[in-house]
Amino acid sequence: MKIFTIPEEENMNPGHVACPGCASALSMRLALKALGRETILTVPACCWSVIDGPFPYSSVKVPLSHIAFGTAAAFASGIRAALEIKRKKANVVVWCGDGEAFDIGFQTLSGAAERNEDIIFVCYDNEGYMNTGVQRSSATPIKAWTTTTPKKYPKQELKKDLMEIFAAHKIPYAATATVAFPEDMIKKFSKAKEIRGLKLIHILSPCPSGWKFPENLTIKISRLAVETGIFPLYEIEYGEKYTINHTPKWLPVEDYLKKQGRFAHLTKKDYQEKKEYVEKKWLELKEKSNRLKN
Amino acid sequence: MKKLLTGNYAASYGAILSRAEVISAYPITPQTQIVEKLSTMVAEGKLDAEFINVESERSALAVCMGASATGARAFTATSAQGLALMHELLHWAAGARLPLVLVNVNRAMAPGWTVWCDENDSLSQRDTGWIQLYCESNQEVLDTVIQAYKIAEKTMLPVMICMDGIFLSHTQEVVDLPEQEKVDRFLSPYKPPFSLDTSSPHALGSLTPPHVYFEFRYKLQQAMDEAQAEIEKTGKEFGNTFGRDYGLLDEYLLNEAEIIIVALGTVCGTCRVAIDRLNEKGNKVGMLRIRTFRPLPKKKIIESLKDVKKVIIIDRNISYGHHGILHEEIKSAFYRKLNIPLFGFIAGLGGRDITPEDIEQMVNYTLKHEESDTDILWWGVNK
Repeated sequence: MKIFTIPEEENMNPGHVACPGCASALSMRLALKALGRETILTVPACCWSVIDGPFPYSSVKVPLSHIAFGTAAAFASGIRAALEIKRKKANVVVWCGDGEAFDIGFQTLSGAAERNEDIIFVCYDNEGYMNTGVQRSSATPIKAWTTTTPKKYPKQELKKDLMEIFAAHKIPYAATATVAFPEDMIKKFSKAKEIRGLKLIHILSPCPSGWKFPENLTIKISRLAVETGIFPLYEIEYGEKYTINHTPKWLPVEDYLKKQGRFAHLTKKDYQEKKEYVEKKWLELKEKSNRLKN
Repeated sequence: MKKLLTGNYAASYGAILSRAEVISAYPITPQTQIVEKLSTMVAEGKLDAEFINVESERSALAVCMGASATGARAFTATSAQGLALMHELLHWAAGARLPLVLVNVNRAMAPGWTVWCDENDSLSQRDTGWIQLYCESNQEVLDTVIQAYKIAEKTMLPVMICMDGIFLSHTQEVVDLPEQEKVDRFLSPYKPPFSLDTSSPHALGSLTPPHVYFEFRYKLQQAMDEAQAEIEKTGKEFGNTFGRDYGLLDEYLLNEAEIIIVALGTVCGTCRVAIDRLNEKGNKVGMLRIRTFRPLPKKKIIESLKDVKKVIIIDRNISYGHHGILHEEIKSAFYRKLNIPLFGFIAGLGGRDITPEDIEQMVNYTLKHEESDTDILWWGVNK
């Protein structure tokens, strides 16, 4: 039996300024354990613009550049180009929220993906503009409350499918992850590090203050997202080879939804629709994962 | 070596001779040839650089900023709408103190669609913290790119070099190409004082509370002030090495002039012709070309204009609701220093020709009037 160990090296300091229970802070800690110190981070406007700490502090032990919203993948491409010309090596990593990846930086990311830039693009997806106080993004799930999709008229549209969009870009690697499965997350970062080209890591990042749940439930909610089939753990290589990393226990979707105030207004019909949608998406995923099995 | 070059190719050769290491740009008329030339040179192995074809001007500047922050010498070029799309990052690049060089080919802003020249695109970026240098000839474009890296890397301020679209970008002139060896002696490789380096990790651009933000901006202004001496010094050094001197300003027949025309860009070349004709007829006209618009060399401007009777300003631009932008700048430089009548002409917007005859007539108008009739003297517009 192979024993998997998580590196003991800590590349993130305590004293960062994330809200209690923030999954993106936990994710960064794990990611940097896998990536190590030879890593350069690019952070566009997102919660991490604050979390890393005010000038002159930084809570990570690697160089980090903040940059304007919507430009992260291009800025990181410039870092990679400079390293190439100087014959230097490092993991070039974008660390951003769903605002950058799904919305304002979507074009920039698509451009970098088409050029197959050698960067790891990490989206910690808290399903809304949380840093500005919980507004809707195109990553917000259908029927969710946010301050711009009030309970009387919650979000009417489906969440954008980032993984499929970038599978269509034929990038060498795309993977989903959550902090409830740290070994899986670390493996994915370690794998991404060894691949040349654009790697997308999509982390579901539960947000206690935005999703309205107690801060001690972050891990549990992350786990429920996976075990209900709402956020499956899988990988896509070159847009073709799908690998499912964990088969859900198929817990009822209500277990996940009812723990969050943002879904408090949902009806039985909504639960049923959610269940059907999750099942449909799972079948699609399953089918794709069977395609290249042999 | 002398070559027949357009302004665009002159800019490209400037970047090549400066050994730009990372180049990224997005095509826009009339700038496109700059990036075409550079991408070809990189592809053919004639320039050891990374060329990145991006999906927008905003990304082009972001790539250059990432490269510069990692210690590489970066170059980009754009025009009009593209420069406007970069606007937010222009602020960021200057605030982050990244010594980039950007060539802007001046083109009027849409709508309606236009590819012809005026200077509203770059002049409306004057408050972003970039040094702005305006060129009159293709030779100056090439020479200024080389100087710009030296100025930028010394002051840690980005430099925008502006050349008039079509008039320079698409017009061939004889340009003396400096030898690479000489350029290498003049411009040493970029050694960044700070960069994204894993052996010395720092966070750049962090959340900056009011108790420090103010000081950063004070330092930016200090750097701008110091840049004046640096631009002058670099221009002189360039002259010593290559035989072509450059300064903050460019004077033409200032001594004994009673009327001085203040302008920037290619209209200055036209002014030289008109001034020669006027002076042959016994007038005393000179010209002050604003080569350095930011930082604005106010003291030098005052010094150059202090003994003159009237000043004409030709603006190929406008600040809507006010008047010409250069007019405004000169007026502010004059405050409580000089009390000379200013004649602010607006001419040639959207690439309309300004001929030597136009300039002669502007001077004739000025001769006949004690003061300007209006805040804006519209030239050649069908009202």
